[in-house]
Amino acid sequence: MSLFELLRMLVYVVGVMAFVGLNAAYLVWAERKAAGRFQRRPGPTEVGYAGLLQPIADGIKLLSKQLIVPDGADAMLFRAAPLLVMMPAMMCLAVVPFSETLVGRNINVGLVFVFAFGTINVMAVMLSGWASRNKYAIISAARIVSQDVAYEIPMLLVVITLLMVTGTMNLHDIVEQQAGWFWHWNLFRLDVNPLMPVTFIIYFICMLAETNRAPFDMAEAESELVAGAFTEYAGMGFGVFFMAEYANVVVGCSMATVLFLGGWQSPFGVWPGVVWFLLKMYALVFTVIWVRWTFPRTQFYRLLNLSWKFLIPVSLFVLILTAAMMKVLRA
Amino acid sequence: MSASGVMSSQQPQETFVLNVGPQHPATHGVLRLKMTMDGEYVTRAEPVCGYIHRMHEKMGENRTWAQFLPNTGRIDYLAAMAYNHAYVAAVERAAKIAVPPRAEYIRVITTELNRISSHLVWFGAFLLDLGGFTPLLYAFDDREKILDMLEAVTGSRLTYCYYRFGGVYNDIDDVFIQRARAFVADMRPRLKMYKTLVTDNFILRKRLIGIGHINEEMCRKYGATGPVIRGAGVAYDVRKIEPYSVYREFDFDIPTFPEGDCMARYLVRMEEMEQSLRIVEQALGKLPDGPVQSSGVPRVLRPPAGDYCFAVEAARGRLLVRIVSDNKEIPYRVRLRTPCFANLSLFEEASAGMMLPDALAVLGSLDLVIPDIDR
Amino acid sequence: MRKFLKEMGGGFYSLVLGMRITLEQFFKPTVTVHYPHESLKMAPRFRGHIELVRDPKTGKAICFACKVCEKACPSDCILVEGAKKEGEKRKSVTEFKLDFTKCSLCGSCVEACKSNALQFSREYNLASTRKEDFIMDLFKRLEAERVAAEPQPAASTPAEQPKPKPEPAAAQPKTEAP
Repeated sequence: MSLFELLRMLVYVVGVMAFVGLNAAYLVWAERKAAGRFQRRPGPTEVGYAGLLQPIADGIKLLSKQLIVPDGADAMLFRAAPLLVMMPAMMCLAVVPFSETLVGRNINVGLVFVFAFGTINVMAVMLSGWASRNKYAIISAARIVSQDVAYEIPMLLVVITLLMVTGTMNLHDIVEQQAGWFWHWNLFRLDVNPLMPVTFIIYFICMLAETNRAPFDMAEAESELVAGAFTEYAGMGFGVFFMAEYANVVVGCSMATVLFLGGWQSPFGVWPGVVWFLLKMYALVFTVIWVRWTFPRTQFYRLLNLSWKFLIPVSLFVLILTAAMMKVLRA
Repeated sequence: MSASGVMSSQQPQETFVLNVGPQHPATHGVLRLKMTMDGEYVTRAEPVCGYIHRMHEKMGENRTWAQFLPNTGRIDYLAAMAYNHAYVAAVERAAKIAVPPRAEYIRVITTELNRISSHLVWFGAFLLDLGGFTPLLYAFDDREKILDMLEAVTGSRLTYCYYRFGGVYNDIDDVFIQRARAFVADMRPRLKMYKTLVTDNFILRKRLIGIGHINEEMCRKYGATGPVIRGAGVAYDVRKIEPYSVYREFDFDIPTFPEGDCMARYLVRMEEMEQSLRIVEQALGKLPDGPVQSSGVPRVLRPPAGDYCFAVEAARGRLLVRIVSDNKEIPYRVRLRTPCFANLSLFEEASAGMMLPDALAVLGSLDLVIPDIDR
Repeated sequence: MRKFLKEMGGGFYSLVLGMRITLEQFFKPTVTVHYPHESLKMAPRFRGHIELVRDPKTGKAICFACKVCEKACPSDCILVEGAKKEGEKRKSVTEFKLDFTKCSLCGSCVEACKSNALQFSREYNLASTRKEDFIMDLFKRLEAERVAAEPQPAASTPAEQPKPKPEPAAAQPKTEAP
């Protein structure tokens, strides 16, 4: 391997980690500001201009707290869980193409890679609940796991549908196929799948549920009454879970952009670039924040009902429909 | 659970006690709920109150009739005008003091505005319990307008001490009337917005419809009044059944919904806000001129000996104030029958067998203010 | 089946409408006041703590320590002392202690006073870390204001000029528990 290759890898590693870190920190700021604006108030304004140093102040506060490992808890798993939650987000972003040339490592099975590593997140949350040796943490972690498992299935069915449409798992090629004006994007490919917007919405809902956001944050919000899965974590341990949640949101929105919205392609067919990717991704992140601050929470059994009784049948139907349409088109 | 002996012998129920403790993240107040849980389900929810017992009724025995008036505003601080009204009217009934008509109209206007502001707080806090954070702030924005109006007249924003024996303390001026009219005009579109944003919201409907059935029989058993019984199909409102003040002169409906679930109680309160707006509008139109305080009320009041009571429709139900006088300047006994105590007592029966989030939704729909329970 | 799908579709549409409302609110201006950079002006009838009223003719307090307010207070937070000065018909107030930690702002004192010697102030910026700051001597405050408002002598050294508004801690001597 030449020095250039080595340097390039180093730059990408640092770049991806910096991107994840900055996003995690400043998405907190963006969420608080957006929440404020939705509620007709300014949000943080005191620390720094327009509150831009607020995440730094929060970070310093979290860093200065003592990291307590509860007595009787499995110390190694307890300490490992936050790392295991943060790691998949960073790894997934290594294969996401930010632009034609900006991609960490363009592997042929990029699609599978991202969703495979996304599932490690679920295991890490279960570990954190289990290692805490706290009754309520275990119950809450078990709930998160059952919620995540239930919503993996429609998400993967949707991805399979897209796989049929695109014919390749290479994320770079998927975006290349969507070149041109915006009607070339996968979202508007109604010729192969008349229910493509429905597919996108199913993917979006599954992404919200996977990242425990928005109307599906039962397990976290239950911490109002009972302790959540992360109760025994103090200081930066908790901070890492928080950051990982936002990092997962970023990964989910990046995948949605790449798969449905044309990645780094511009809607006018000219001047593609990383700016378009970031614009689309942050528009989706804004929608995630918007959904959170608008709706109340669902009940837990309704959440699971929604997945098993509604989303899976619909996504199966979409899959079969797409398969039929493609057969008709090919023939 | 003990229906089939075989099942109970094979699977012993392991229950644990969950303390939904006096410190609540929601704005109910200091109420402790000892919930015996079987996994997800609540088998028994025992409310333990008394954490904010401030002995108002005892203070009634140690203060003169006029000195007790600030206490009434602090019992249910969100809907304080009705409590002022009940106490003042009870003493007026005892001492046979007549109230000038302008004062009666002002009392009705301020009480109804206070009712709207109390329901707005309930609306925001209820949705906060359910996880929707934004409507709280929209409700508080509307409430600010009412609070500013009432502050300009009475001087206080929350714990009013505005009514006096024989009228009200200050007169209202044209600025207030103008602001009140503007408020009524602004509030109606806002109520429509709440309907679109919250009431018609799919998630909320799934959360509230069919949850927490409280039927008429349960209400009668525990003496629950207010939106709780009106959400169970009974059109019981003190303003229509035992009309007081000048409520006979106004044309308003009593919203009643027969289902008895959380959604029915929710809808009752939303409709009540609209009806209160109607009353305020009519009262502003019919406001007579004249004094706002009746002359000839002695400085030191000594009502004739006897037992008197007065009932009003507070925001949360029927409030009854009973005073026993022995012709001295200090009452012999002041008894407050507050609505939230009765409303809370049916929580234990209503929440048996529910899941925890549903039980908390029922608690929110009962609209409790804990100082009202403990006094 | 069709009903179920219609319900889901209608439900989804209601969610979209709700999101539209929140987005509309997003672009509207904020309704909050950015305290402490901006502050609100209180209404004329706002109930801050009470203060003594000055007689415009004499420049002194109207209050002559009849103690009606002390009797009317439900919370026992007023203590009035007065003394008869030489050559005057009535007593004049020498000490008017208000224990603001107990006051409920009911207005009984203001109402009870027949000579309108008490009124509500409009102070609300009253945060402090010491309890003693809330045991206010209203007479001393009035006197301090009077002295501060008097015209200054022409040639006066800075040391002789009285301070314009003394800190509550500095103005009051150490008070015993009321």
